[in-house]
Parts: sequence; structure tokens; C-alpha cells
Amino acid sequence: MANNTDRDKAFNNVRAILEDKYEIANDPFFTYITANSDSLLSLMQTLKEQLGINYLSNLTAVDYGEEFEMVYHLYAIPDNGQKLAVKTKIPRNRAELPSVTSIYPTADWQEREVYDLMGILFSGHPNMIRVLLPDDFVGHPLRKDFKKEG
Amino acid sequence: MIKTDLYTINIGPQHPSTHGGLHVEAVMDGEIVRDAIVHLGYVHRSVEKIAEARTYTQFIPYASRLDYLATHLPTLGYVQAVEKLMGVEVVERAQYIRVIMAELSRIASHLVFVGSLAIDLGATTGLIYCFRDRERILDMFEMTSGQRLLASYMRVGGVSADLPEEFFPAVQSFIKDMPGMIDEYNGLITGNEILQARCKGIGVLNPDVALAYGVTGPNLRASGIAYDVRKADPYGIYERFDFEIPVGEHGDCMDRLVVRIKEIEQSGNIIRQALEQMPEGEVRGKVSKVLKGEKGKEVYHRIESSKGELGFYLIGNGTENPYRVHVRAPSFVNLMVLPLISRGGKLQDIIANIATLDPVLGESDR
Amino acid sequence: MENLILNIAHILTSWLVSLGIPALWADLILLILQWTCIVMIITLNVLVLIWLERKVSGFMQLRLGPNRLGPFGCFQTIADTLKLLTKEDIIPAKADKLIFMTAPMFFIIVAVLLYAVIPMGKDMTVVDLNVGLFYFISVGSLSTICILMAGWGSNNKWSLLGAMRSVAQMVSYEIPLAFSLLGIVMIAGSLNLSDIVAAQHKLWFIIMQPVAFVTYFIAATAELNRGPFDMPEAEQELTAGAYTEYTGMRWALFFLAEYTNLVAVSALASTLFLGGWLGPWLPSWIWIIIKTYLVMLVFMWLKWTFPRIRMDHLMSFSWKILIPVSLVNIIITGGGILFFKGMGW
Repeated sequence: MANNTDRDKAFNNVRAILEDKYEIANDPFFTYITANSDSLLSLMQTLKEQLGINYLSNLTAVDYGEEFEMVYHLYAIPDNGQKLAVKTKIPRNRAELPSVTSIYPTADWQEREVYDLMGILFSGHPNMIRVLLPDDFVGHPLRKDFKKEG
Repeated sequence: MIKTDLYTINIGPQHPSTHGGLHVEAVMDGEIVRDAIVHLGYVHRSVEKIAEARTYTQFIPYASRLDYLATHLPTLGYVQAVEKLMGVEVVERAQYIRVIMAELSRIASHLVFVGSLAIDLGATTGLIYCFRDRERILDMFEMTSGQRLLASYMRVGGVSADLPEEFFPAVQSFIKDMPGMIDEYNGLITGNEILQARCKGIGVLNPDVALAYGVTGPNLRASGIAYDVRKADPYGIYERFDFEIPVGEHGDCMDRLVVRIKEIEQSGNIIRQALEQMPEGEVRGKVSKVLKGEKGKEVYHRIESSKGELGFYLIGNGTENPYRVHVRAPSFVNLMVLPLISRGGKLQDIIANIATLDPVLGESDR
Repeated sequence: MENLILNIAHILTSWLVSLGIPALWADLILLILQWTCIVMIITLNVLVLIWLERKVSGFMQLRLGPNRLGPFGCFQTIADTLKLLTKEDIIPAKADKLIFMTAPMFFIIVAVLLYAVIPMGKDMTVVDLNVGLFYFISVGSLSTICILMAGWGSNNKWSLLGAMRSVAQMVSYEIPLAFSLLGIVMIAGSLNLSDIVAAQHKLWFIIMQPVAFVTYFIAATAELNRGPFDMPEAEQELTAGAYTEYTGMRWALFFLAEYTNLVAVSALASTLFLGGWLGPWLPSWIWIIIKTYLVMLVFMWLKWTFPRIRMDHLMSFSWKILIPVSLVNIIITGGGILFFKGMGW
């Protein structure tokens, strides 16, 4: 069970390893690490190997108009107080990102869902097809500019 | 030379069990399953898109329809996420009521699990025994929220109404009868030799694989990893209660069944403690009528739902509608391992595997 | 009371002879009458059984079962039969029509043939064959052909697979079924069912041959495709069983035949193990009814309690456990008989 001192220790740990390469921010709930599409895979690798973050809990995308933002929430099992959120912004007209399934297999269907609903392509994904909508569906509904009927 | 061909059998989406519209395409080589391809989306209701056009409070009924077998759990997760987003304090009495309702939901969900596992494997009577006991819980839900199944009882800052007088004797008698009920299930269902032959050693989920694929909840605990969000990252007032986390050894179907039955016992434990500690007081917090999330503020809140880790990712907009709501559904992620545990087994084992992974399609498809 | 039915038969035959019909023809007419009675008994039995099964399963599951039509819902089966009679009779276009249409007919014919040798009371067997038991087991195994006909005639991949599974199950359980009864044959010294009943007048065979009873019970459940062994039928959840392409009355005939088989097998069990028509006070033909229904209630009890056994467990259970057990039973019975004879008992 983590408390405030555990959390601060965890944050300092993260800062120590990653500060020189990535932007780190902190709020009462998470430690935010910003990466770009080139550095994403190596960041995930570092997290898994050096910080022992072995559990990718959530992976999703947000449509901010000109760009998409991918958010990853990661923890360690057994819990050691680390609560990380990795954020990556990608431009709307080139919505591509490397897939993290090689490091966290749990990203498999979650990335398919992001592709399905947001239209972001993940390179290196073993099975990049729609998961929730029918295969012949046109469009990506969760985008802010998706025309709603009725 | 005799050549064999692979053939496909479709299981579902119309399935004679209570899991919902799940479609599994089994690629068979004679009697052995070579692959099980899962097709989802039959119950997709685009809940995340709808959320962007609703206020925070209006989304609560949608949240209850995510995991419709244990509705207080997703609604609890959602209102706690909103409270985190807006920095709202929850009143004490409501915290305890929430815990009682959440644990009752967990028991109700696990009862459906045990019953539908029994009926999927052919022991029809097992379903009725579990549903008979579940009726008592649904009656308690009706007493408090007016709704048996899809209750929108939770509100931002508290719960919608206080517990009525007749609730307390009902829940006390339920807790008292629970050891007898569990003995009955163990005798009728868990202890049955045929069921054991169909569940022991079947659908073994390796703990490393489970962790890599993000499996959480009783499925992960059955594989031997003792991770429960209520202990690892406590939310609400769960630190005040003393309960154990049952863990399995082999990660097979039998362990997944036994872990859930033990969790029913532990939930009873928590409810008993909550009833003892519950103070008097208000049940609705002082919250403004119009809830507005701060622009750019985001929060990810996770709870231990009966299926695993249920997460809500909320981003505020400065208005009364959220900018983005994302539901991290445990059933969606848990179903990813179905092909892995079914390969190499028999066709009938796919049924046992689906039943013991306990997916709820409302949550998995959103 | 005891001889009521026999007396009616005698009166009938003497009346026919008195009309001038030769005795042989009178016997023939009596035989036809007996068959008609058996068919009526079977039909009545099935109607009662279906209702009973639904009520018993309801009772075990804290439900009421049918309770709308007639007192305690006893007319429910008639209503269901009427409904099935009015359903459209669909025959798949590419199906082998002859085989498809005759499969249910043969199934029920085989099931009815079993009743020829069952002693319905003292001296009340339709045909008291000297090899009655042998006849029963052989004719009973003909039903496997009917299921194969159903599966093949449907011209459906899944029906054929389901039928083959069904047949594999039934054939594997024929062997322990027959073996478990050999012990009784050895003790009674005859294959004639009336002799076997007579041999039980001191002690019922269930006490002398408990292992054989259990083996017979399990093998019979598998033969009937019932209870924990209904995987080929329950496969309708995943693939289709052998009966999928059948609609309306043809489908009903299959289930009629299965229930007919159930009654016949239960009657045989009560004849071989529970003393048949032996019993104090009540007439013999009432005793056999009571015992048969008791055995059927146990069949129903098992069906609604246990989950289904997986196909491969089913086969390995028969070949690796039941057959050795029944063989050991034969050896021990043989040894016991020698021992008792040697001791002069």
C-alpha cells in the first residue's frame, strides 16, 4: 500500500532515471512523462526494465483538434507507489505512432480500439483491424468532427 | 496420404448463456482447438461519444449500464472519478453506504458467475440456487434505489437517498445466511466430480502471461498474483476495513471459481464491518447544482470491479459536459487471453473458459 | 385383482372361440390386442413422464413447473403435442428423403419392440422368450443405427458429426451394459426374464449385485443420451446434434422414442434388480409400475443435478473404468457361485 512518502520516493526515482531525456511533471495523482513518437518505444522499454513498471493499465487517445494526444497509464505489480502517465502528441494529418505491443502485450486490443474509434494507426501492431465497429464501417466516431446522424 | 483440414465453428453471438453477445470463432483440427478468434462489438453503444453530450450527473445511468450485473461498482468508479476531477469531498455516512452497496454488487456479480458457470456446464439446477440468493440482494437494491438491476444510486458527493429502515434487518440476515449459502455452492457445484473434471487443469492462465496481457481481478488472482486495487491503491474508505485477498495456485478454471467464491465471503466480511462502523449523518454532499470540470484538468480513477480493474479517464472542459470520457473495461482486456488459454484444448473447454473469465459484454463493448 | 388382466384376456379368447373362430386366430387377435395395449401404455407413460420430468425439475429448482393447463398442469403435454402436430414439416432440399423420413419411425419401432419381453406382471409377458434378456439388449442396440440414419439423412455436416458422437457414446456403453447383466444371468441360470424374476423371490438382485446395479445404471443413462451424458444433444448449443433438421412431429417422435426407451430400460432395471412384479399385498402389475417409476425418478434426479461430462472423459470412463469394473464383477460372481455350490448352499 503506497502513501505520500512512497509516492515522493517513487517520483524521485522516476526523475532520476528519466529527467535528462523526457519532460516530467507531477500532480497529486500521477507522474506525467511526455514523449514524442520517436522516443515512445525506448521510454516504454526503460520503464519496463529499469523501473519495473510491468503493468500497462490504460491506453487511450484524445482529440484536441489539430493534434491527438495518446495517454498511457502504467503501474507496477506488486504495487510500489509508482503511478505513471505517459503522454504523446501526434499531428492530426499524420496520425501514426509505433505500437507498444512488443513491450506490453496488453496494448493489443486497446490500440485496435483507438484505431477503430479515433483513426490512429499503430505501426508494428500484429493485427491492426477494427475491434468494436463492423469491419466495413467508414469513419472514426470518437473524433470531434465525426458527423452524428439524427 | 490422408490429409486433415481445419474447420471453423462459430460460438455465438446468440449464446445460451448470460454473457451477452460474444462471438468466438473456433478453428478446429478434429477435436482440438487450434485458435479461438474473438469478435466483439455486438453490444457497442458508443457510450464514450454520448458522454461528451451529457452532463456529469447525466452520465451516471450510462455508467450503470456498463457492468449491468453489478451496477453499483461502475457507478461508484465514475462518481469517484468526477469527485477527483472537481475536488469534491464525500460525506462520511455516504462513504459507508457506498461500500456496502459496492460489496453487495460484487456478491451479486459473483453469484451470476457461479450460476452461469454451472448452467454452461450442464448443471441447470446450480443456476437457480445462485439466482435465488441473488434475489435477496436485488430486493435490497430495490429498497434503497427503487431499481433492482440498473440502479443509479450514486451521486457526486454522496448517494441519492438514505437507507430505509427495512434495509438493515435484510442485510443482516443475508450476511448471517451467507456461510450456509457458500457451503451449499461448494457441495453442489464446486465439489461435484464432473465439474471438477471439466474445470481442473483446464484453461490454465500463466501468471506472467496474465500480467503481460493486463488481466486483472479474480482472473489474475487465480493465477497466483495477489493484486487488488482496494489494497494497492485504496479508494474511498477501503483502508479502514480488514479483509483478505484470496489467491489461487494454478490459474485454471477451478481456481477462478474458487477465488470468486472466497471473495463472496470476504465481501460479506467488509459489509459486516461497514455496518458496524457506519455513522449517522447526511448522505448527499454539498455540491453545486451545476457541475463544471476545470478546463484541461484530467483524472484517471480506477476501482476494483467484480471483473477486474475498472478505470475512468475524465478530461474537463470548463463546461458541464466532459471533454472526453474513456472507460478502461476489465472485460475487454480480460477477453484478450481467451485464445491463449483455449488453444490446444477441446471445444467444450472454450465454454468453460469463457464462463470462468467472466466477461460482461456491456462493459467490454461499451 | 391380481389376475384381473389375465381374466379379461381369458374371457376375450373364450368369447372369440365361442363365435366359431379357430383358436389360433383367437390367439393372434389377442396378440394384436396386447400390442395395442402396449402402444397405449407407452403413449400414456410418455405423456405422464414428460409432465413428471418438468414438475420434478421444477421442484428441484424451486420452481413450479407447468401449472396452468389442467390441475397441476397435467394437460401441458397434450397441448405441446397438439402444437407440434400443427408445425410445418420441413425437409431439407438435399436431404436423403427415404433415410430422413424413416429414421424417426425406425427409432420408435425399435423402442416399442423392447416391450415384447418385459414381464408386466405374473405371467403377463407378451412373448416370454427363453432368451428374453439377450433379445432386449440386442434390439436396444439397434437404436444406434437410427441415430446414424438421422444424422446422415439430414445432409448436414454438423448433424453427421453429432450423430457419430452419439453413436460412439452409445456403442462404448453397450459393453458395460451387457457385462453388468451377466452376473445376474449366472446367478439366475437363465436368460428368461420371468425366470430371473422368480429367482429373486428370496432376495432381490440389487443386494447380491450392487456393483452391477450401479454399472447398469450409468451405462443405461449413457445409452439413453440422458443426464450427465447428454453431450451429443447439448451440442445444439455449439453445433447441431443429430436431430437438428427435424421439425414438428418428426422431432417429437425422436423424443417420444427416447422416453419410451427410458421406460423400457427402467422396467428392465426393476425386473432384474428390484424383483420385478414381486411384492406383498398389491397386485403384481401395480408393483412393476411403482418400481419402474421409482427408477425413472432416480434417472431424473441425476439429470438435473450433475453437469455434463466432456466427450473424451465420457469415452475414457467407459473403456477404462466401467468395463474393467464389470469384468471384475463377473469374475467375483462366478467365484461366488462356485463357492456357494461347493459349500452345498
